[in-house]
Amino acid sequence: MNFKIRHYIDLITVLTHKEMKVRYKSTFLGYVWSIAHPLAFAFVFFMAFKVVMRIQMEGYAVFLIAGLFPWQWFSNSINASPTIFLHNSSLIKKVNLPRNALPLATVLQDSIHFLLAIPVIVLFLFIYHKSPSFSWLYGIPLLLCIQLLMTYGLCLMIASINLFVRDLERLAGIGINLLFYFTPIIYPETMIPARYKTLVLFVNPLSSLMVSWRNLFLDGSLPVLLVFVSFIYSLFILIVGYAIYTKLSWKFAEVL
Amino acid sequence: MSSPIIVFDHVRKSYPLYQHMKGGTKHLLFHLPNVWRSIKNSTYEVLKDVSFEVKTGEALGIIGRNGAGKSTILGLIAGVLKPSSGKIVVTGRISPLLELGAGFHPELTGRENIILNGIILGLTKTEIIKKLDEIIEFSELGEFIEQPIRVYSSGMLARLGFSVVAHLNPDILLIDEILAVGDLEFQKKCIDKMIGFKKNRVAIIFVSHSISDIVRICDRVLWIENHTIKILGEPPDVVKSYTS
Repeated sequence: MNFKIRHYIDLITVLTHKEMKVRYKSTFLGYVWSIAHPLAFAFVFFMAFKVVMRIQMEGYAVFLIAGLFPWQWFSNSINASPTIFLHNSSLIKKVNLPRNALPLATVLQDSIHFLLAIPVIVLFLFIYHKSPSFSWLYGIPLLLCIQLLMTYGLCLMIASINLFVRDLERLAGIGINLLFYFTPIIYPETMIPARYKTLVLFVNPLSSLMVSWRNLFLDGSLPVLLVFVSFIYSLFILIVGYAIYTKLSWKFAEVL
Repeated sequence: MSSPIIVFDHVRKSYPLYQHMKGGTKHLLFHLPNVWRSIKNSTYEVLKDVSFEVKTGEALGIIGRNGAGKSTILGLIAGVLKPSSGKIVVTGRISPLLELGAGFHPELTGRENIILNGIILGLTKTEIIKKLDEIIEFSELGEFIEQPIRVYSSGMLARLGFSVVAHLNPDILLIDEILAVGDLEFQKKCIDKMIGFKKNRVAIIFVSHSISDIVRICDRVLWIENHTIKILGEPPDVVKSYTS
């Protein structure tokens, strides 16, 4: 294998490994914390919408779980993205390493945490007398790839621009919050009023992906149209993100 | 002597002054024309018309006041900065000696940091694993190697950093003012290692405020003042006019 490619793979591996290790170092519960957050969220929404507002839906808890875990991955990565290059300023200023490896390691690390959380989803499926389907075998890798491309593209974009315009840090936090409620995660896409349906489902690049994840987890189906739309979005976001990164990256060492 | 491994040909480096970004997005949006003009005009010249060559096995010292542009030269050689004009040719594996603890993670152990740092500096995992024992031995950190490096003293960090870099098999070694923190014995060890490097045809670029170290190691000295080369010559001559 080419030396450069092998070194890049080693670099990604060691950086991802580092982030995994560092994340829960000196904590007692470690891995539990990565599932505690979405579970707590699910509990809050369950209380608000099922118990108090009495949404008419079977299995609302498992419905929430199936959507919140993939979302958690996305939002963790995006929330971390503004400071990825900032916090590695000494590396960027001194070493000529492929800097795009840094956000990739962050996204990969969050994706691994997501994969580790899938057993929790399975547990909830069993509680609601459902079971995993065979379509997971190809569905999960497929959606995983799509989300990886999309999240990585966005992370690259935010991490790069934030070096020059630090406001993005705040903006990303607000944006993620807004996006969450405009994505059918705590409500099914069927409940969106007809007028806004196209808007929420197809203009928001996250919707098609999150609905696909949920369908896959709950009944093993992969809606072809939605998967296709999310794939196109992910490619588009990656290309734009990478273009911005390429254009700005040679100035990184100057602004840090 | 052999062909040059680093060539600077009339290099100029100017930074844009990123002050316009201080106001953030709001400022940017409301004063767009002004901001655009300030982006185009306000630059700060760090280096102008710098030309020199370094050959394999040669050690070049760089001296000059704070902010004279010494670290910018290192950045340009390392390839993290691009010259605004002029040409730079660098051939071979570069190993930069980072500022203390840069690229290390405080929560990881010394051993884990060696692997992390080695790969960041351009080795593959197999290469660094092969050298691990040698590096640990050179660092003389003993059982501390299994401790997270947040408990290290700055001298111990310097030992760890230098030990990794010393085993990278570079063609060019960049050293930016780091030996000051290690104890005398380790400083001597580092200097010996650097002289060993020179014998093995490694080019060394050595930025330091320690005149005695410069004289001991370097074949030539570059004195940077007012963003350009003041003198480039034999260490005794340059040092004499620098200190007078």
